[in-house]
Amino acid sequence: MCADPENLPFSNQKLEGFENRIAEVVAKDLGASVSYIWWGQRRGFIRNTMNATLKEGRCDVMIGAPEGYDLVRTTKPYYRSTYVFVYRKDKGLQITSLDDPILKTIRIGVHLLGDDYSNPPPVHELSKRGIVGNVKGFDTFYSAQNPPSTIIDAVAGGKIDVAIVWGPAAGYFVLHQPVPMAVVPVPSGKGDLPFAFDISMGVKRGNDALSAEVEMALVRKHAEIMQILKDAGVPLLEKRVAK
Amino acid sequence: MKRLSTLLLATIALLPFAAACDTGPVVQAPGTSSASASAEDKQWTMQNKNYASTRYSALGEINAGNVKTLKVAWSFSTGVLRGHEGGPLVVGSTMYVHTPFPNIVYALDLTKEGAPVKWKYVPKQDPKVIPVACCDTVNRGLAYGDGRIFQNQLDNTTVALDAETGKELWKVKQGDYKVGQTITAAPLVIKDKVISGVSGGEFGVRGYLTANDVKTGKQVWRMYSTGPEEEVGFPGSVETWKGDEWKRGGGTTWGWYSYDAELDLLYYGTGNPGSWNPDQRPGDNKWSMTIFARNPDTGKAKWAFQKTPHDRWDYDGINEMVLIDVTIKGQPRRVLANFDRNGFAYMLDRATGELLAADPFVVVNWATGVDLKTGRPIENPEKQTSSTKNTKDICPSAMGGKNQQPVAYSPKTNLIYVPTNNLCMDYEGVQVKYQAGQPYVGAIVVSHAGPGGNRGEFIAWDPTTNKKVWGVKEGLANWGGALATGGDVVFYGTMEGWLKAVDAKTGAPLWKFKTPSGIIGNPMTYVGPDGKQYVAVLSGIGGWSGIGVAAEIGAEDPTAGLGALGAFGDVANFSNQGGVLTVFSLP
Repeated sequence: MCADPENLPFSNQKLEGFENRIAEVVAKDLGASVSYIWWGQRRGFIRNTMNATLKEGRCDVMIGAPEGYDLVRTTKPYYRSTYVFVYRKDKGLQITSLDDPILKTIRIGVHLLGDDYSNPPPVHELSKRGIVGNVKGFDTFYSAQNPPSTIIDAVAGGKIDVAIVWGPAAGYFVLHQPVPMAVVPVPSGKGDLPFAFDISMGVKRGNDALSAEVEMALVRKHAEIMQILKDAGVPLLEKRVAK
Repeated sequence: MKRLSTLLLATIALLPFAAACDTGPVVQAPGTSSASASAEDKQWTMQNKNYASTRYSALGEINAGNVKTLKVAWSFSTGVLRGHEGGPLVVGSTMYVHTPFPNIVYALDLTKEGAPVKWKYVPKQDPKVIPVACCDTVNRGLAYGDGRIFQNQLDNTTVALDAETGKELWKVKQGDYKVGQTITAAPLVIKDKVISGVSGGEFGVRGYLTANDVKTGKQVWRMYSTGPEEEVGFPGSVETWKGDEWKRGGGTTWGWYSYDAELDLLYYGTGNPGSWNPDQRPGDNKWSMTIFARNPDTGKAKWAFQKTPHDRWDYDGINEMVLIDVTIKGQPRRVLANFDRNGFAYMLDRATGELLAADPFVVVNWATGVDLKTGRPIENPEKQTSSTKNTKDICPSAMGGKNQQPVAYSPKTNLIYVPTNNLCMDYEGVQVKYQAGQPYVGAIVVSHAGPGGNRGEFIAWDPTTNKKVWGVKEGLANWGGALATGGDVVFYGTMEGWLKAVDAKTGAPLWKFKTPSGIIGNPMTYVGPDGKQYVAVLSGIGGWSGIGVAAEIGAEDPTAGLGALGAFGDVANFSNQGGVLTVFSLP
């Protein structure tokens, strides 16, 4: 498996992430055992893992790859999630759309993916709507622990009013906050970028045989995988495509 | 040493170590770089030869008449595969060779046949730092001073090694890769301080420059590129950002550093603002994309000149500053020449920062010119990028009209030799990408060859008229630096692996040799203990342009390597990985 060594709730080296659990389930179904090639999920992830120079440095399967991610061969998707608004339930907020005028005045947190020209869709859509000055960026880089959690802590602690975050990165940390929080999907308006994505497993381009094998395991273990995702607080949408 | 002027002696007196050590670096003040060879020209003690960064050596044993007989004298494998930028140093009778990550240092004994290894230094670094490096795990070389070799390592360690033994004398941490900071730039020793920068503009790192004590490593000052005056050493930054976004404002300092001893000013450029898309960071975003002139003792800036306000193209302004004394518009001027990524050749008065001239040295269409009064580019609205539209054929590409490969200046010909890129880019939405566990749709950048189809051109530039004099077209980009010599021969390497010699006056090809791998390093020259002149260059394809070969990315994804693969998917047809030093001499 190709995975990030330090990126809960997805994966970590202690195997605590939901992707680690899903990897175990799929491997068991295929009668295989899991071993990892660890690499930070940022630029160069695929080239240094699945496509590594040395054979012993290569891995076979990326656990969560958005469908259509063209650096790998993606399987049919096994879940669908979305970017979400996260805010404290006790603040009297009712945000369900990026066009809500309140977004021009309250403090908004978003993840910075830290790469040229590549902020997540909410950042682009906020700038398009002229919402700039009240937006704060949070790193997704290596950090002491659990990089994606900082933004949720900031909502809980009142440093920001709302976070707009990729659902799976948010859900788990919302579950572990003492303050009750709302997790509301971000809808795409007309002409907006998409906010919901189908997630597949990824294998090396051209390896259709392995892709087919993994797809079969994902179908057989569907219920078990859904339970792991629910336990991890992943906001799940109906799959758009289930061909 | 006999030929040194009073000015030079005054400069040396500022350097307590240099005067005492007859193999130490001798400072050549800008403008005094004599066209004839001195004892100092037997050595090569700084990455860009001298503080003025002219990369000119007055050595002339190898000249335009005999260079055609140049032969390999010896070669040396570095044992490392990734991109080899920078070049070796020669101090006395020892050559110092560096490598990309893991940043090995070799000291080679030039007094013995075949230059055997005198010592080898291998630092221990966490491999987790590798994925943080933006554009290959390059390193641009070593610095020398006070009998010590100074090295910046990818994981932000600066180390001082005993030049004789390789023993570690001190090391300090300049940053943390866990927040996106790395170091790829070579340090520079000025008086009793060693100057180091930081990389990581893609990750929102707030750029800084650091001075450490040569003897102890203790930090003397650190100045940021963005933020309040007390932290920048110059006013005017904070008000050009929304809120506190200057805290992740970019402006990293991963290029080269120059120094004018007479003015006592240190010069360098800062990189792109980060890490938001441009729409999310309105304002000029100072002092990203800026030339700084700082006092090396205090770090305070005397002047700052921003080249590309509110960058939308990733035109990092970090290229080297060449300090030359030339006549511009009939007046003798103390000039700072800078060939920027944005495609303009800037000529500034280096005492004041006054802009004297700015003209395109490659195909430029993002701006129609530079206003000489305000220094601001006159932008072409059709070529402004935005996350909501596709923009085709922006020239130059994000890889720049020129990248990190340093130019050379010959006082004999009064020409600047510039390795350039002929690259344009398409900036397009939307494609699914994936990072830190999150799918997202981002704009993508695809570089491609500019008009004519050649991806590079090695040009000679007249700083007096700010115009091109001649050019030699290259199939791939010119990603290696230039070397000018008193023999009226100019050397440069190509990504295919050729080391080429051309006539300094005309550009006529005189000689070439195909080294084992593509060249993105900088050739240098020295006189060996046997009294012969040698020319040396590191080959080893990689860097941003060569990332496809260095990391074995195929050409099937033109957006990989931050758009580099669109332009360079075929590099593997010409060159394979492998770091090798090749040293040449006359038979």
